[in-house]
Amino acid sequence: MAEVLLAIEDLKAAYGDAKALHGVSLTLNKGETLALIGSNGAGKSTLLKCICGLVSNKSGKIGFKGEEISSLLANEIVKRGIALVPEGRRLFPSLSVEENLVLGGKVARKGEWNLNAIYGLFPILKEKRHQPSTALSGGQQQMVAIGRALMSNPELLLLDELSLGLAPIVIKDIYDLLPRIVGGGMSAILVEQDVTRALNSASHFMCLQEGRVSLQGAPHDHSREAITRAYFGT
Amino acid sequence: MEWVNAIIQGILVGGLYALFAAGLSLIFGVMRLVNIAHGDFIVAGSYLAWILVRATGLHPLVSLILVIPIAAIFGYVLQMVIFNRTLGKDILPPLLVSFGLSVILQNMLLETFTADSRKLDAGTLETGSFSILPGVAIGYFPLLMFGTAIAVIAGLQYMFYHTALGRSFRATSDDKEIALLMGLDNRKVYAAAMALCLAVVALAGVFLAIRSNFDPFMGPGRLIFGFEAVIIGGLGNLWGTLVGGVILGVAQGLGAEIDPGWQVLAGHIAFLAVLAFRPRGLFPRMT
Repeated sequence: MAEVLLAIEDLKAAYGDAKALHGVSLTLNKGETLALIGSNGAGKSTLLKCICGLVSNKSGKIGFKGEEISSLLANEIVKRGIALVPEGRRLFPSLSVEENLVLGGKVARKGEWNLNAIYGLFPILKEKRHQPSTALSGGQQQMVAIGRALMSNPELLLLDELSLGLAPIVIKDIYDLLPRIVGGGMSAILVEQDVTRALNSASHFMCLQEGRVSLQGAPHDHSREAITRAYFGT
Repeated sequence: MEWVNAIIQGILVGGLYALFAAGLSLIFGVMRLVNIAHGDFIVAGSYLAWILVRATGLHPLVSLILVIPIAAIFGYVLQMVIFNRTLGKDILPPLLVSFGLSVILQNMLLETFTADSRKLDAGTLETGSFSILPGVAIGYFPLLMFGTAIAVIAGLQYMFYHTALGRSFRATSDDKEIALLMGLDNRKVYAAAMALCLAVVALAGVFLAIRSNFDPFMGPGRLIFGFEAVIIGGLGNLWGTLVGGVILGVAQGLGAEIDPGWQVLAGHIAFLAVLAFRPRGLFPRMT
């Protein structure tokens, strides 16, 4: 039987008075990639932020490798093996490319990812390692954001809107590398506006609509129409 | 030759102003905290050294071995217990808390040490000098102060850009939330910055106490000099802060040369001139 990595039960979250999640549950096994889809404001990013500890106003259970982590702070959760590639990349502008990567490895969990492995995956970053991260193109910045998250050797990688603001050719390059990135037993949750791409990259999907799960399962178990209905709530 | 002398003495005093300013600049840079109590911490450092010198008979400069670590620990605790609770999106709460701390510190110093002015005696170091030109002498102590300021600024600069601690300062300053995801506890990063700031503050306090008399109410004046040096040099630029301190010192020296009553005024005028023509300072950080 597959080993459960992440088990979320009845997760509710809010920003002030605005409720963002109304009781979301999900289970993710080791080595699986889950595509999280839904329209803008459906609660996808909030769910990722809850998992990695960036949303404090929440209730429900988040179990990771059997440990309850919902009350832990973000800097503790990363040590347990969860890393986020945030929406909009959010690199540290006053740090160089290499410094961004090195900081990602501060937690120093054991694993295959280190500076050399990241430079092997994205050779362009080695050339630009001493440049300020702001001097890079959008696609290169996304590579740094992915590399920075991998440097902590996570067991669960949360990828938030990888393709946002990037040229189609760059998006294709990054998605071509995805199997290599999440290979080796790593699990991933992929939030993506491009539904087709997300479903093609994942073994399971979950569709959120206004903070509730509207559909979930394996992509081939549901018709295109059913997924569209769940997405738009029609 | 009197004017040359005034400029040289002004440059040397500028080192002390840069020491006043360096911690202020560091704290603002890392956590956007404007610490109104900064000047009072400098004076508290002077009193701490005064107590230790009286109790142990140590030379004031040797007392730094104790004063600096005590101040750094105090800074770490102060940040963890008080300032970290006030930091958030709004910059007003930490400003008000630091203002309150300033009032409390001044009154505590007044209650404990009375309003009498004190001074630390560094012996012959204070009066010793060598002549470089007829009528122009450089004191060993001002030179030591200036050299120390350069070393402190260079050390802070190196720490900021070439060490893991500096990297964590810059990352937390850039994006606190993402820094947390790297495993950096921003509360401890801020506390480390405050510890470092108070270490520099203590050093400045001891130099201040050797150079001139001090009393419980000197803090706000030192805060103004520190602010002026930071702003003249450009926010977020440590070498700029040193230049800012030197410009302030030279302006004060030249003002005093015209009329002793103009000393402080001339410094403020130089500051205002920079604000009017280069509002971001002479060497703003390139970002």
